[in-house]
Amino acid sequence: MSSDVRFTDFKSDKQPTWCPGCGDFGTMNGMMKALANTGNDPDNTFVVAGIGCSGKIGTYMHSYALHGVHGRALPVGCGVKIANPDLEVMVAGGDGDGYSIGAGHFVHAVRRNVDMTYVVMDNRIYGLTKGQASPTSREDFETSTSPDGPKQPPVNPLALAHAAGATFIAQSFSSDAQRHAEIVQEAIEHDGFGFVNVFSPCVTFNDVDTYDYFRDSLVDLAETDHDPSDEQQAKEVIMDGETEHMGVIYQDDDSVPFNELHGVTENMAEIPDGAPDGAMDLVREFY
Amino acid sequence: MAEDLNWAIGGEAGDGIDSTGKIFAQAQSRAGRHVFTSKDFASRIRGGYTAYKIRSSTDRVQSVVNRLDVLVALTQRTIDENLDELHDGSVVVYDGERSWEAEIPGDITGVDVPLKSLAEDAGGAIMRNVVALGAVCAIVDFPVEKLDEALEKRFGGKGEKIVENNKTAARKGADYVEEEYDGFDYSLETTDSDYVLLNGDEAIGMGAIAAGCRFYAGYPITPATDVMEYLTGRIDQFGGHVVQAEDELSAINMALGAARAGARSMTATSGPGIDLMTETFGLVATSETPLVICDVMRAGPSTGMPTKQEQGDLNSLLYGGHGEIPRFVIAPTTISECFHKTIEAFNLAEQYQTPVYLVADLSMAVTEQTFAPEEFDMDAVEIDRGKVVDDDSIDHYLDEQDRFQPHYDAADGVSPRAFPGTDGGAHMSTGLEHDELGRRTEDTDERIDQVEKRQRKVETAKQEEDWSYRDYGDPDADTLVISWGSNEGAIVEAMDALQSEGTDVRFLSVPYIFPRPDLSEEIEAAERTVVVECNAQGQFADLIEHDVLERVQRVTKFDGVRFDADELADAIRDVVDGSAAADEVTA
Ligand SMILES: Cc1ncc(C[n+]2csc(CCOP(=O)(O)OP(=O)(O)O)c2C)c(N)n1
Ligand code: SF4
Ligand SMILES: [Mg+2]
Repeated sequence: MSSDVRFTDFKSDKQPTWCPGCGDFGTMNGMMKALANTGNDPDNTFVVAGIGCSGKIGTYMHSYALHGVHGRALPVGCGVKIANPDLEVMVAGGDGDGYSIGAGHFVHAVRRNVDMTYVVMDNRIYGLTKGQASPTSREDFETSTSPDGPKQPPVNPLALAHAAGATFIAQSFSSDAQRHAEIVQEAIEHDGFGFVNVFSPCVTFNDVDTYDYFRDSLVDLAETDHDPSDEQQAKEVIMDGETEHMGVIYQDDDSVPFNELHGVTENMAEIPDGAPDGAMDLVREFY
Repeated sequence: MAEDLNWAIGGEAGDGIDSTGKIFAQAQSRAGRHVFTSKDFASRIRGGYTAYKIRSSTDRVQSVVNRLDVLVALTQRTIDENLDELHDGSVVVYDGERSWEAEIPGDITGVDVPLKSLAEDAGGAIMRNVVALGAVCAIVDFPVEKLDEALEKRFGGKGEKIVENNKTAARKGADYVEEEYDGFDYSLETTDSDYVLLNGDEAIGMGAIAAGCRFYAGYPITPATDVMEYLTGRIDQFGGHVVQAEDELSAINMALGAARAGARSMTATSGPGIDLMTETFGLVATSETPLVICDVMRAGPSTGMPTKQEQGDLNSLLYGGHGEIPRFVIAPTTISECFHKTIEAFNLAEQYQTPVYLVADLSMAVTEQTFAPEEFDMDAVEIDRGKVVDDDSIDHYLDEQDRFQPHYDAADGVSPRAFPGTDGGAHMSTGLEHDELGRRTEDTDERIDQVEKRQRKVETAKQEEDWSYRDYGDPDADTLVISWGSNEGAIVEAMDALQSEGTDVRFLSVPYIFPRPDLSEEIEAAERTVVVECNAQGQFADLIEHDVLERVQRVTKFDGVRFDADELADAIRDVVDGSAAADEVTA
């Protein structure tokens, strides 16, 4: 790892094709800054991207990366990190990717507490497929496939994470560049699964959850006396249906990440040229 | 072949049938006898009944037959279920003190042993099955001391006292029979040979560790769970780990992630899990990730018959997934081959950066069989990781702008591979069509190049690797039998029987489904060809017909039970006689 890494080193030579003004630009910039600030470089970083407008991030960043199938980015990230704990693993995807088709994986990745960072670019819409309701869309949000709104309550991803035993829960806003990068950095530094739900507005298909809306309504927990290590306080923030918050909501300082808990510390890529020493004992077991 | 003994214990689920059977199998293996066990069999009545069967001989045994010499019956139903297989001279051990009145047909010898009372004398009723094993030792003239090692292995973890009590229980059973009965016709010969006893799932797990597999993710499913249970704890001793995933979608994606990180990685499942994994299978191939995916087949479709045998997934494995997906499909034909083919699968996967389906089936997975330990020679294991670059060699594989090309369009189709952490190797992999750098493209030329490149890897493998078969019997025989997967043992034994009647056949046992050997010449040389497989449609027969543009006869079976040597001998005899319908024999 070199100390002179700049965040632009994490930029690929592909120009993003996101709509001008899309929140994903800011989300990605913050992630790159946080990676550089934590001493990582592209050669020791592994980014796993979901499918969606958000999932294109894997193409626009420069690092080792996998752009997989819709909804399965988290298991890929778990596999990478468990196999080589020396890598910095970051998983990024959309609200549909993470809370709809991948919801099952979300719950279990949280429980597994692998030391990696999960950034959800939450625009409360399906962007790539041109504007259908997502699991975080409002109950009355009108879309092409829900002309009168989905008529079901949006998922509360923070509560979902908490119920699954998350050790780090945060929320940020792509347009607040400084705070967003800080929050992602804290998630990276967390020993365990660092979950950040990022409000990352879709300027093309969502005219409700806009930059103005978030700017006006968001309360930054850093400006309150919120204590993230206090689970009770965290619960109140998570279940507060009135106010949208950003900042680190909950962090369990006693978190022991998966690899440490299971004693999985070696880089599994390194194996001998033949059967490993002691393999003959496996045969003897069958006598 | 030397005389064989066919033994079984049967009762209700929860009677400890499996572990008792395993003890006797192990004892015979330790005494230098070859053993072949089975837990899958036809049941005439619904639910509840379970049994463990052992066929043993001083010669190699590799099939079940439809004859039972000694049966330990813990229930009347055990006797009823096996009436077809019991014969004049069979012995049935039962406990006359139990509430049921054993009804045993006249020509079969009933041996009434107070299993429960004798077990209580030895220290507890729970040991009644071990008393029965002792009784069996006396009946078949097998030294009861030979049970000791197996009892130590089974109960050693529970303390010296328990082991001693079990040894006493066995002796009480043996003594009782010796005092009360005499004149049995059986005598189990022992030898000085040392055998190991294992099933197909264990052989796959052991092969994986030998091959350097370090990461396994799976979701429990019969009959593949044993692979996962085998690896759990053991793989950790070699620096690896097993993760129980939340479903098969996750399992294959975790395994894919570990493989991207550079680990030799695998997952195993059965048909229902293969369906889910198919979603990610194309990604594995397109991102050119080496991965071993094991399918231990069971009877489908849907939930089908989860504890029954079938070789019905062949088409799914060959063709499953949208788009055109390069792959290798290999299917070991014996339990020891499960070990060797697993190692081969890992090498193929990495040499060609292509997913490999490793195909086993329920019969092989749950069958324990003896082998000489030399068949699992760890010193002979060779690891070929393919074109992996490191911090120094990577320089040769960068483009003019110093970018690593994970999908470099090489002449043999195989690109260099850089594990994450390699300096200067950072790159993207994606399920989207991509250029040599791994970046998304819809450019027609790049698309054509990459599709052809992935295809070319398979062509290279076809040239470079050995896709042969095992050849049995008389190469000049008129009748050619072809089969795949676990039927090999039963066919070889059927051939022995046919040969003693003067009927010679040639048998090709094919472990490679794709790519597979070209059998045109062999089929041309024979007068008639018959393909044997455990499914209804004859999926492998279809492939062979497609390859050689000629009709073949089919022996199929899809009742959920594996072939036994006797019924296969009958079926092949019908083919040779020409008495079978033109292209179909159902065993
Ligand atoms: C299995 C599968 N089903 C459906 C799709 C089509 N699809 C692509 S992205 C997407 C939803 C994207 O929404 P989100 O995850 O919120 O990402 P966004 O585009 O909003 O960033 C869907 C349904 C797909 N690629 N794969
Ligand atoms: S459609 Fe929405 S989410 Fe997609 S790039 Fe445009 S603004 Fe961003
Ligand atoms: Mg979205």
